[in-house]
Amino acid sequence: MKKASNLKFRNESALGWLLLLPSFIILGIFVFYPMLKTFFLSTQLTDLMGNPIKFIGFKNFSNLFTSDSFMTSFTITLIFVFFSTLLTLVMAYLMAMSASQKIMGIAVFRTMFSSTMGVSVTVASILWLFMFNPQIGMFSKILTFLHLPQINFLSDPTWSLVAIIGTTVWMNLGFAFLILLGAIQAIPQDLYQVADLDGASWLMRLRKITIPATSPTIFFVTVVTLINAFQTFGQVDILTSGGPDYHTNLLVYAIYQDAFVNHSVGRASAQSVILTIIIMLFTMIQFYVKNRKGANYANE
Amino acid sequence: MLYDGDYRSYNAFFNLYVIVMTSLHQIVTIILLTTIIIMTSMAFERVQLYMTIELRHLKKKYDNGEEVLTDINATIENGQFYILVGASGSGKSTILNAIAGFIPINDGTVVINEKDVTQLPPKDRNLSMVFQNYALMPNLTVAENIVFGLAARHTAKDIQQQKLNDVLNLVHLEEYKNKKPGNLSGGQRQRVSLARALVSDAQIILMDEPLSNLDAKLRAEMRKEIRALQQQLGITVIYVTHDQTEAMTMGDQVMVLNKGKIEQIGSPLELYNAPANTFVADFFGSPSINLLDVKMRHNSFHLNDQFEMLTNVDIDEGQYILGVRPENIVISENGALRGELTHIEPLGDGTNIEVNIGQNQSVRIKVSEQLDLTLGDVVSFNVLIDRALLFTPSGQLLHTGKSVSAVI
Ligand SMILES: Nc1ncnc2c1ncn2[C@@H]1O[C@H](COP(=O)(O)OP(=O)(O)OP(=O)(O)O)[C@@H](O)[C@H]1O
Ligand SMILES: [Mg+2]
Repeated sequence: MKKASNLKFRNESALGWLLLLPSFIILGIFVFYPMLKTFFLSTQLTDLMGNPIKFIGFKNFSNLFTSDSFMTSFTITLIFVFFSTLLTLVMAYLMAMSASQKIMGIAVFRTMFSSTMGVSVTVASILWLFMFNPQIGMFSKILTFLHLPQINFLSDPTWSLVAIIGTTVWMNLGFAFLILLGAIQAIPQDLYQVADLDGASWLMRLRKITIPATSPTIFFVTVVTLINAFQTFGQVDILTSGGPDYHTNLLVYAIYQDAFVNHSVGRASAQSVILTIIIMLFTMIQFYVKNRKGANYANE
Repeated sequence: MLYDGDYRSYNAFFNLYVIVMTSLHQIVTIILLTTIIIMTSMAFERVQLYMTIELRHLKKKYDNGEEVLTDINATIENGQFYILVGASGSGKSTILNAIAGFIPINDGTVVINEKDVTQLPPKDRNLSMVFQNYALMPNLTVAENIVFGLAARHTAKDIQQQKLNDVLNLVHLEEYKNKKPGNLSGGQRQRVSLARALVSDAQIILMDEPLSNLDAKLRAEMRKEIRALQQQLGITVIYVTHDQTEAMTMGDQVMVLNKGKIEQIGSPLELYNAPANTFVADFFGSPSINLLDVKMRHNSFHLNDQFEMLTNVDIDEGQYILGVRPENIVISENGALRGELTHIEPLGDGTNIEVNIGQNQSVRIKVSEQLDLTLGDVVSFNVLIDRALLFTPSGQLLHTGKSVSAVI
């Protein structure tokens, strides 16, 4: 009896492994191997072709932390991530709240608000490239119309970062909006009826009902947006190419520059490892909180 | 700057000062007086105990053109336990939502305490509500949930605490004060919801199927508890249910709804003993009433051209519906009616059976003893005709009880 069940178990697990095999192979080739190679390269001195020359331990890392260009790029990345995530979240939340109202024709707004989700990074960046253009762009037209001094969005050190943040927020909005809208619409209506009966203020509804009920979703959207922001590349490449003077040289773009323009693959790998660790950290926090919160909310 | 030593300018300044101060004083007095007047009138309004609710010609149509409420008229007296009962989709919640002001109505008026509140928002109607799914905020503790409304109305903190303690005592939830609703049982959650409704001092509480998520035993317990609380506090309760037992056992007045129309309003016993039509008759009682097609010919009812029952009721010859409650049928050796047993339900304290009397008519019988019968047995029985109800073929009540009595 025991033997039979044992046998069955073994068969079942064999089948399980067999079914997992294709995804293991694909993940191995496209994820695990490059990842391990990156870890390996980050400890190597490399030649111009990217071939390892000799093991130098953590030298690449220590070089990074004393390098001005890396520290600038790291700081700028943090500023960028903070503002783009914050703005995305606040705007998407406000949009989701207004779009969850039951008014005639609100579906049109819902579609409009979520439409940026279908636009690829490249297309969006080119769109904004035109809008930021000092001659024909919409923004310069508006500034002229308002009799304000012209701003050269893409070549001004401060404004260029603002421009990148703006573009990124615009691109992230659709996704964040849609997820938050779903969460807001899932709040039971009777909670708001309770608030109606006692005339609870707008702020009280928001603080006591809407935000607590959507807080797991807010957290999820925050982490996803954050991780996305750390990986920003396309906008930078198309709009500013990291310039002016490295003022929009976000981490991933710096990695790309180091690896494929400056041919210092070791340094680029070390930066990749740092980025990986940061993202892994956020992912772990996300999983940890989700499991804890999930248990809490399942009770409800 | 204003007083630079010059007496005249000092004098002018002093005059100005006096004028300003007196006018200020007057303004303050006026403001104080008006606040006092407003406060007392408000206090009066809240203290006033006579809270009748009148629904006049309520109509509600949804966008899809479906008329959900046709013409609802009712008066709910102060201190009444008023029940809205009907099948699912009959418009019970719609009426409740219209009273609370959650949905706009197409026509008609809602009058609370002689004041037309049809256009007022929910918060100005001085009502509270208990919801079917409790509607507790999962992130707030029991105590925070209960004082939610008080906080929204900016009641002073110490008064909030005092009221909270009173009401916790009332619903026996003192130990659960600091728990989250997620950690409470269904019955406890519903009691928190009840406490939140009671704490607001509203004289009218609306309840929408508050017990439907509880198991049978707890439901029976909560029924008693709610009824007791309502009588103890003298509040008016409008209670929605689809459960006829709740309607019968709790209500002072019961409104029976069917597809957005009122079928009948009355006390539970009125509805049971003199239902206005076959719908109401069928709604109350378990097992439900037997509605038998009978012919009136030569002063007697003919059932299935087979059975005959003499009667003294003075009606034209023709087709009628005879309503006989299952408990008003007695099984006897040589009864006037007989048929084959098709269904038997032993209840322990009694038995429910169903007997097929031919021509697609069967009769439900409820007896208070245990029966030793098997399916297919022939059962003979008599109808207590003086307790039967007589309806027109379209289902309207013609005669009740005694007036249908037999002459044998
Ligand atoms: N927003 C709406 N739009 C269109 N029709 C609606 C809407 N809300 C309710 N109805 C309809 O109104 C009718 C009455 O609904 P209501 O909720 O009052 O029923 P109920 O008697 O409370 O039923 P239940 O016992 O199932 O709660 C139903 O036929 C329902 O389909
Ligand atoms: Mg309902």
